[in-house]
Amino acid sequence: MGTVEVLVAQIQGLSSTAGDISRLHTLLKQSEELLHAETSRLPSALAQLDASQHSLGYLYILEACTSVPISQEQTSSIVLTISRFISSCNPEQIRLAPEKFVSVCKRFKDQVILEVPIRGVAPLLTAIRKLQTSSEHLTTLHPEFLLLCLLAKCYKAGRSILDNDILEVDQPRDLFLYCYYGGMICIGLKLFHKALELLHNVVTAPMQSMNAIAVEAYKKYILVSLIYNGQFSTSLPKYTSSVAQRNLKNFCQPYIELANSYGTGNVEELDTVFQTNREKFESDNNLGLVKQAISSMYKRNIQRLTQTYLTLSLQDIASTVKLNSPKEAEMHVLQMIQDGEIFATINQKDGMVRFLEDSEQYKSCKMIEHIDSSIQRIMTLAKKLTAMDENISSDPLYLAKAGRERQRFDYDDFDSVPQKFNI
Amino acid sequence: MQGEDEPSGSATMVEDEIYANGTSSDDQKRNRPIITGEQLDIEAYASLYSGRTKITRLIFIADHCGAETNQTMQLEALRMAYDEIKKGENALLFREVVPKIDGRLGPNYGMDAAWCEMVERRAEQRKDKLENELNAYRTNLIKESIRMGYNDFGDFYYAHGALGDAFKSYVRTRDYCTTSKHIIHMCMSAILVSIEMGQFTHVTSYVSKAEQTPEALDAITSAKLRCAAGLAHLEAKKYKLAARKFLETGPELGSHYNEVIAPQDVATYGGLCALATFDRSELKSKVIDNVNFRNFLELVPVVRELINDFYSSHYASCLDYLGNLKPNLLLDIHLHDHVETLYDQIRHKALIQYTLPFVSVDLHMMANAFKTSVAGLEKELETLITNNQIQARIDSHNKILYARHADQRNATFQRVLQTGSEFDREVRSMLLRANLIKHDYNQRGGSRKI
Repeated sequence: MGTVEVLVAQIQGLSSTAGDISRLHTLLKQSEELLHAETSRLPSALAQLDASQHSLGYLYILEACTSVPISQEQTSSIVLTISRFISSCNPEQIRLAPEKFVSVCKRFKDQVILEVPIRGVAPLLTAIRKLQTSSEHLTTLHPEFLLLCLLAKCYKAGRSILDNDILEVDQPRDLFLYCYYGGMICIGLKLFHKALELLHNVVTAPMQSMNAIAVEAYKKYILVSLIYNGQFSTSLPKYTSSVAQRNLKNFCQPYIELANSYGTGNVEELDTVFQTNREKFESDNNLGLVKQAISSMYKRNIQRLTQTYLTLSLQDIASTVKLNSPKEAEMHVLQMIQDGEIFATINQKDGMVRFLEDSEQYKSCKMIEHIDSSIQRIMTLAKKLTAMDENISSDPLYLAKAGRERQRFDYDDFDSVPQKFNI
Repeated sequence: MQGEDEPSGSATMVEDEIYANGTSSDDQKRNRPIITGEQLDIEAYASLYSGRTKITRLIFIADHCGAETNQTMQLEALRMAYDEIKKGENALLFREVVPKIDGRLGPNYGMDAAWCEMVERRAEQRKDKLENELNAYRTNLIKESIRMGYNDFGDFYYAHGALGDAFKSYVRTRDYCTTSKHIIHMCMSAILVSIEMGQFTHVTSYVSKAEQTPEALDAITSAKLRCAAGLAHLEAKKYKLAARKFLETGPELGSHYNEVIAPQDVATYGGLCALATFDRSELKSKVIDNVNFRNFLELVPVVRELINDFYSSHYASCLDYLGNLKPNLLLDIHLHDHVETLYDQIRHKALIQYTLPFVSVDLHMMANAFKTSVAGLEKELETLITNNQIQARIDSHNKILYARHADQRNATFQRVLQTGSEFDREVRSMLLRANLIKHDYNQRGGSRKI
């Protein structure tokens, strides 16, 4: 077998047409051991290659290059090389060896986290876009990217990924992490409905055994649903895996208690539960979220007042929702008016609040556009659903399984057709 | 619907209306003394009933009238129960009552062991005799005699307080019924025993069975059946149905059914259930203008008055009557459990009805009409509004209640958008789950291949 120089020459020669590249791919696979043995000579080899033209070869060498422990002083140059490679590489070539690309990106992330997480956000976003075949495809890089976003507090950047609907998943674990981190990002952005949806996906995802991600997600799910819906029902939907249905509650007892006392609408009771479980919440790193849930109770109670009262003094509001002073009540009401959660005017002279009706008349062009877009969206979804149904009902694996099951239950119906699919 | 939009002219008019409606339409009526809730006259009460129910009602009163505060009443009830039991042959009830009296009524009302023994011995003899007779009938296979035999057995068990056995014996006559009269007789006996046992599901089924044989139903029997059905519905907390049944009861009932219910009870039960569940027009057509039911109401003028007061919106006096009636109703064997619920419902209905015709209501006036404080009224209204029973909002600054008319169009839009986004979310997560499951399949399929 040749040396690194020969390989470099081959890479340079075989990077133009599709046929050449697939031949090169075989060659590269064969010389993997060689590359891992001679890591010291690789940086010079990299210098001879062009990242955009010889992406596949470059990727293999880069992967071998980063497989050894990296010293402190090398870090910044490696990070730079990888981020340049990510931005200039050819998507079609790297998709031939996705696992290599993923491992390079993961090492990149590991390096970046040690120093300045924010430096990795943009390259990883590019990497995701290059690696995924469609926007519905969830790659292994998704959770890594979201983790970086969380650490770098770049919630908005993470949001751009979360807005795509994910339908295709390579690894269930990726999905759990993606939804969990995504949920946290949305909590950070105060997009509670989106966060709820993502966390719901984790909790109800099919699983064979309990995992820590689901447990943590369930804790946050309880809190977010208190903040957003003002209530929490412990019964999970029936499509939830039986493992989750049986076990999740046992792991999250303090949170369930909190939700139960929230349901009573009594602020003092909620506070007692909070104080007794404070340490637990703190060790789960959920303290902030718990506090948000508690303060949402005041909002909930004020909102309820708008249904019954037309005018109410700040004093009365304070005493009904158990706030300390009219001043505090005023701050709450003001905040809620600002967030569009209630419609009201405050008369500071008399200390009265006047609750108004929702001013939305559903007549504006904007509203009609919004409705129209919702309809379009739902129609696309419905089409997707039908397509998927057809797809599954003609899937050999599904038919094999269904056939087997029928056979087991009903011997009279035994026929040889599904047997053919029995692999 | 905002109060400020009202022209000032109409506001004063509204105020006049409140005045006319709520506080003082004619002072004479308002000042009329309201019958005070004098203590239940047990003697009169007991004379309305006969048979076993008289005893059980008396015992019930003794148990519930509050021994500490009302000992005379309790003892009076127990004394009458004791006398009544002595007339019959129910040693079971006798043994129940004597410890309750606990010697407080003197030596004449102590444990009479000789009487018990005598009753029991006679019962044994009678039972043997009945058994022999029944066996003879059964060997001869004469249907009518067998029926009579079982029926006698039922009567015998009933008289001795073995209700379960009595019920079984009565039901057994069913196979030997040859005419529809027999069926009715069987049903009536079964209903009577079931009511005593508190098995109201049986009551409903036997009432419907009896009603399926209309050719043998005379006016009295059908009135009895209505009462029984009404009681069953009342017990099942279906107050509206109960009210209907009691209102349909014919005046022929008289005191023919006093082993279960007195006509006075029909008026009270029916009246209260109707007040709690009927709307205004139903109240007018089915209660006040109901000639049949008027006969019953004449027997209990208080109930008649309070229904009329309710209808003519004199809520304060209506509530006063109700308040006075309450202690006695709590001593009623059938109604006591439901008094609180019915009272709450009546009060809520009164509040709702009061607010219904108005665009705005002055809370001071309303509190006056209901004899309560403004703050208390506000709390009551708040719960009603929260439960969506009154469509209104409170202006707590000016103490005025404004009606609120929901905008159907806006509500529909809101609901549509909400449903849409829910659907959207659910379909997406469903697709995702389906894909995950599929992935799992693929993996398993793959591993099998290897």
